[in-house]
Amino acid sequence: MANALVFIDNPGAALKKSSLELLTIARSLGETAVAFTGQLHDDVAATLGAYGATTVYQPSVEDLDNYLVGPKAAYLAAAVAASGATTVLLDNSPEGKEIAGRLGIKLNAGVITDVVGVEADGTAHKSVLAGSYNTTAKATTPVTVLSVKANNVEPAPAGAAAAPATATVEVPADGLANAARIAARTEKPVSGRPDLSEARIVVAGGRGVDGDFGPLEELADALGAAVGASRAATDAGWIGHDAQVGQTGVTVSPQLYISAGISGAIQQKAGMQTSKVIVAINKDAESPVFEIADYGIVGDLFKVLPQATAEIKKRKG
Amino acid sequence: MEETLKIVVLVKHVPDAQFDRHITGPGNTTDRDESILSELDEYALEAALQLAEERGGPKAGNEVIALSMGPSGAVNAVKKSLQIGAYSGVHLSDDALAGSDAAATSLALAAAIRHISADGRPVDLVLTGMASTDGETSLIPAQLAERLSFPQVTFASSLEVTGGQVSARRDAGAFSETVEAQLPAVVSVTDQINEPRYPNFKGILAAKKKKIASLSLADVGVDASQVGLAGSWTVVESAEARPPRTAGTIITDDGDAGIKLVDFLAAQKLL
Repeated sequence: MANALVFIDNPGAALKKSSLELLTIARSLGETAVAFTGQLHDDVAATLGAYGATTVYQPSVEDLDNYLVGPKAAYLAAAVAASGATTVLLDNSPEGKEIAGRLGIKLNAGVITDVVGVEADGTAHKSVLAGSYNTTAKATTPVTVLSVKANNVEPAPAGAAAAPATATVEVPADGLANAARIAARTEKPVSGRPDLSEARIVVAGGRGVDGDFGPLEELADALGAAVGASRAATDAGWIGHDAQVGQTGVTVSPQLYISAGISGAIQQKAGMQTSKVIVAINKDAESPVFEIADYGIVGDLFKVLPQATAEIKKRKG
Repeated sequence: MEETLKIVVLVKHVPDAQFDRHITGPGNTTDRDESILSELDEYALEAALQLAEERGGPKAGNEVIALSMGPSGAVNAVKKSLQIGAYSGVHLSDDALAGSDAAATSLALAAAIRHISADGRPVDLVLTGMASTDGETSLIPAQLAERLSFPQVTFASSLEVTGGQVSARRDAGAFSETVEAQLPAVVSVTDQINEPRYPNFKGILAAKKKKIASLSLADVGVDASQVGLAGSWTVVESAEARPPRTAGTIITDDGDAGIKLVDFLAAQKLL
C-alpha cells in the first residue's frame, strides 16, 4: 500500500525537474507509487527508482495521450484504487489541474491547486489573490488531490535506490466514452531555453522593448534563463503569447525575475510578485515596478542589458 | 444554416483586481465588495454570441443564457452580460452556498444546468472563461464536465461547432493541438479567442427587458448540506496577508549600471 501517488504524464526520454520535485514531496509523505503514461524508458524507470518510487503503474490502453483530461482522470482514479494512496500529486500545468479536478469528483476527494508546500499531515500551503495572501488548506476527505507548482522544493534522490515494480491498471471502458479527442498535434518550435513556468531565472520585457527582444534573449542565454513578456508586448505581436507573464498568462515564481521595460501594472505584478528576487530596469523612475523591485535601475535597457550580458560572459570566462 | 444552439455561459462576479483584495470571515473567503464581471468571462460570452449570431440569433431559436451563482451582488454579473448581449439570465442564489469550494460549486452549477436543460430543449454547450480572476483554480470547467458526464475542451483559442461536434485549437502546452468532441460539451476559452464587444446604449436599454430567472437550491434539487462550507471537501485553515514587497536599492544609470547589476547578482549568488 502506497501513501502517495505521483502522476507523470508521458515524459518522453527524461523526467522533468517538476516531476522530480513531486517525487521528493511524495517521499516525505511515505511510500510512493507512480501512475505513468507513455513509453517507460529504462533510464526513466531507473530515475523513478532512485527517487524512491516502489511501484510504477501503467495504463491498459496505449493511446491515452490522444485524449484530453477525462480519460487520464479515469486511469488515475483506477491507479489510486490499485495503490491505496491517500495523497495524489500532479504538476500544476493547465492539464494537470484539470485532471486533478475531474479526479476529485470521481473519488469524492478534495482538490487543492497551486500548492507551494505540503506538510506531513497533508496540509497544503498556497499563495492566493496574486500573491497577496498566504493560505493553508486541507482536504476533509479520505483522499487528497494536490497540484503542486514547480520550483518550491529541491529535488533529492532517496538514500537507497531499488528498481520499482511495474503493474498495469485497467482503464475503465466508460473512461474513453464522451471524451475530447486530439485530432491533430504539432510541436511548437523549441527555443532551447528552459520552460517559462519552471525556469530558475526569467528575463521579461514589456512595452519599453519596442519590438526588439534581442538584448533580453542574449541576457537570458548568458544566465540560462527563460524569456517572458508583459501583455503589452505579446499583444503587440513582438513575441508569442506563450511568453506572457501575468494574470491571464503564466504565473512564475523563479529565484530571479529581471523585468525590463515593463511598468508593472497590477496584471503583470500578479504573475511574478512571488519571485524570490526582482530586478527592474525602466527609463521611467515613476514606474510602479520599482515599488516591488529588490534592485532597480533607472536607465535605458538597450544600454544596461548588453553591458550586463558582456560582464556575465567575462566573469564566467 | 447550421443547427441552432442552446448555450449557457458561466459568468462570475469577482472583486476588482485593480484594488486591494481581502480575505475575511470564519471560512477565509474573499470579500466581494467592489466586484465586477470577471474579465475572462467576457471572452466566453463573446464566443457564445458569435456562435448564436452565425446561426441566425434569437429569432432562429438560438439561446445564450448567462448563468451566475453567488449572493445578491452576483446578479450584477448577469445584468452586465445581458447588456453586452446575452439573451437571458439565470441567477442561482442561496445563503447555504456561501463558502462553497470548487467541488461544491460545480455540484450546484451542474444542477442548475440540468434545470436549464429541463426547461425547453437540452443545453448543447457550456462556455466558460479560462479561470476566474479571484480564486484562479481553473477547476470549475473540469469538475462541471465530470459531473455532467460531458467531454471538456479547455483553453480553446479558436472554436467551431459543426454537425453536433465542437472543434477547438489549444495552444496551452508544448504543442498546438486541434481537439474535437461531441456536443453537449463544456468549453473554456482563452483571452486570445476574440475581442469582446462593449455594451452600447441600445444594449443597455434592451437588457432591461430581458428575463433573469432567480433560482434557489430547492429549485434545482440540491440539499443545503451538499454545498457551502458543510458540503466542501477542502477547508482553508488560515489566511495571512503577505507582507507587501518593499522597494530595495534604486540606482540611476551613470554608464556602469550593467556592471553594478552583475555585482548585485553575484552578491545574491544568482550567477
